[in-house]
Amino acid sequence: MFDTRDDAAFVRFDRVQKSYDGSTLVVKDLNLDIARGEFLTMLGPSGSGKTTCLMMLAGFETATSGDILLGDRPINNIPPHKRGIGMVFQNYALFPHMTVGENLSFPLEVRGMGKSDREAKVKRALDMVQMGSFAGRRPAQLSGGQQQRIALARALVFEPEVVLMDEPLGALDKNLRERMQYEIKHIHESLGVTVVYVTHDQTEALTMSDKVAVFDDGKIQQLAAPDTLYERPENAFVAAFIGENNTLRGRVTAIEGDICTVRIGGDMQVRALRVNVDGEGAETTLSLRPERVQIDAGEDRFDNIFTGKVQELIYLGDHIRVRVSVAGNDEFIVKVPNATGERKIKVGEELRLGWTAADCRALDPS
Amino acid sequence: MAQADAGPALTGASGSGRSRSGLVTADGTPLRRALERAERRRKLAAFLLVAPLLAFLLVVFIFPIGQMMWRSVDNPQVVDAVPRTLEALRGWDGNELPEERVFAALHADFMADAELPRREQKIGPMGIRLNYELSAARGAISRTGRNVESFEPPYKEAFLDQHRLWGDVELWRIIQREGRPLTLSYYVAALDRQYDADGSVVLRDENRRIYVSLFMRTLALSVAITFLCFLLGFPIAYWMSILPMRYANLLMICVLLPFWTSLLVRTTAWIVLLQQQGVINTMLVTLGIIGDDNRLSMIYNMTGTIVAMTHILLPFMVLPLYSVMRTIPPSYMRAAKSLGATPATAFRRVYFPQTLPGIGAGAVLVFIISIGYYITPALVGGQTGRMISNEIARHMQQSLNWGLAAALGTMLLVGVLILYWAYNRLVGADTLKFG
Ligand SMILES: Nc1ncnc2c1ncn2[C@@H]1O[C@H](COP(=O)(O)OP(=O)(O)OP(=O)(O)O)[C@@H](O)[C@H]1O
Ligand SMILES: [Mg+2]
Repeated sequence: MFDTRDDAAFVRFDRVQKSYDGSTLVVKDLNLDIARGEFLTMLGPSGSGKTTCLMMLAGFETATSGDILLGDRPINNIPPHKRGIGMVFQNYALFPHMTVGENLSFPLEVRGMGKSDREAKVKRALDMVQMGSFAGRRPAQLSGGQQQRIALARALVFEPEVVLMDEPLGALDKNLRERMQYEIKHIHESLGVTVVYVTHDQTEALTMSDKVAVFDDGKIQQLAAPDTLYERPENAFVAAFIGENNTLRGRVTAIEGDICTVRIGGDMQVRALRVNVDGEGAETTLSLRPERVQIDAGEDRFDNIFTGKVQELIYLGDHIRVRVSVAGNDEFIVKVPNATGERKIKVGEELRLGWTAADCRALDPS
Repeated sequence: MAQADAGPALTGASGSGRSRSGLVTADGTPLRRALERAERRRKLAAFLLVAPLLAFLLVVFIFPIGQMMWRSVDNPQVVDAVPRTLEALRGWDGNELPEERVFAALHADFMADAELPRREQKIGPMGIRLNYELSAARGAISRTGRNVESFEPPYKEAFLDQHRLWGDVELWRIIQREGRPLTLSYYVAALDRQYDADGSVVLRDENRRIYVSLFMRTLALSVAITFLCFLLGFPIAYWMSILPMRYANLLMICVLLPFWTSLLVRTTAWIVLLQQQGVINTMLVTLGIIGDDNRLSMIYNMTGTIVAMTHILLPFMVLPLYSVMRTIPPSYMRAAKSLGATPATAFRRVYFPQTLPGIGAGAVLVFIISIGYYITPALVGGQTGRMISNEIARHMQQSLNWGLAAALGTMLLVGVLILYWAYNRLVGADTLKFG
């Protein structure tokens, strides 16, 4: 096949299925295209099959059916050491009996590279992760964050075209994790390498990726850029999994073009954007971000106006989370920014809440 | 409360301590002393906990070993039996037979010994002792002892008439040489050497050298057994370490079976299998691989020792290996492969080096146990499969030459310690992982 387009799929999962035990599918019909130079994150709850997908790509697990292609070449039958894919493991897997320098020069040695070339490359890779002076240390003499950098440098030193990372920052504390996120992103941009990144931390996924594939139940629920994922989730799982979300369940009573009317609870009618609704009379889940709800709303600007009673206030510094009881739903959350001029809200107060139909997405029932 | 009471006294007493370390605790005790006191109590508690074991070891291990080492140089027999003779022999040049006065002294010694109650007599043990150096010495002495009362001066003739050995300068040299409370002659014998006429140490006749070659054979057998255990144990340990726990335990039981069956059952099984009319030979003959008239001899020789001991010592190799391998995460091998190493390279460069602490521990265990192993070689080793321990046992139980047994045992012990020391210098004993 000839494929000269730049945005052509570089890594492709083509109807891939995987079963470990022969009775349940851990990965069900996975189709995924990853462009050259892209930073793709696989995000999903525990057990959703992310690691399995990564292992199939790296060659440590075989796909039960379907093809995995790397640059148009099926790689199902290529053993891992011939795939030329770098990998950062969750526990780093730095070889404990070798120094940092030996760890880094290992992939170059097994490729038969000469000593001087090796040393130059190792030095460059160490400098890239700002660990230039640590070449003589053993992995056990490094902190978690330093080991992480070395693992990253080792996966990159032999200049693979694809690098896989399986929750590489899982063991680090919050501050360090944020710094490393930035550094990994930075390295990705400067090297132009294709990265497939696995995490179950949604903030990490949203801040680092070009594209995020949300996994659940062995399937990709949505594949999109971070902002799309957050603002325009396509199903109830994605809406609930990414960010904070108000979920309202109801039945569609009318549809006019893009807008549908949904009856919730007893007599409450909500106008919502029709995203993933079968038709009139169908069950649906409404998804509404807490920050898109306005308090003290004027009639004219909002499609939906309701009153609710304040149940609880949670102070979070930059904003206040207000838990309101709306139409029998006690878990309705509104985020009120902590800006100058905002009035004080008290528990027990009646609030007028408003939101537009465009911000309220009618999704599949869940 | 107690602190407040103790406070002033302690501060007063600790002036010098404070000036040295500077820091003091809240109640004024110098920090160093407070720390020492707390440490001391902990150490005392720890010591009390191990004290019973220490006492036990002292009684049943350290003390007997000390005794054994002492016995290898202890040499009281001649000194106790013939003090007058030794006195008279002082200054003798060792070239010609001693003069009459020495024989007279010898006679006096014999007579004095005959006066003693039978259990305290010393001449008999001296005969045994001298017999180690010169066979027939014991016969000469006991025959002389029976008739010595009837001797008349000149004693020289009387002794020479009684037994021709008294006319042998060699015997007198030995009496003079061994007439000291400490001796090295057991070690000289254990190294296949002897004293010549000048009293210098020379090699024995070719056909009487046994111990050095036996030591070498023991060493070679132990190395071979250790290596075989490694060859057989490594794959099993590796396999167990990647199997699910359930199957690994099952396999472990198979490996441990030799521990759980009685030694005699095991040995009988080996005999049934390996002997000339045994299962293996019969099978080979039936299959036509070997002829009926040249059946393999696989037992009562070195092969028997190697086979049986490898079987018995295998668990000592497998257990440390398994416990080390179990802790090596599979991600190392995966990482190596993802970095481009072929499975063989990944194994050699990444997996194998990490098993070295287990290999070291297993090899040290197997080697040290097999170098002193006794019962299996005795049962299935025959002549060529004997090891040094069998010789030690023979001297303790049959020839009753405890001094020589002690010298051989001490050399074995020192040899093991030297090897362990070398291992420690080369590899480092702190890297060993026994389990
Ligand atoms: N070697 C295996 N044998 C059998 N089942 C397995 C194996 N590895 C994973 N599974 C199963 O496959 C499913 C997906 O596992 P996977 O490791 O891919 O999840 P994950 O998305 O990476 O989860 P996590 O976020 O917890 O790492 C799980 O239900 C798991 O139990
Ligand atoms: Mg995982």
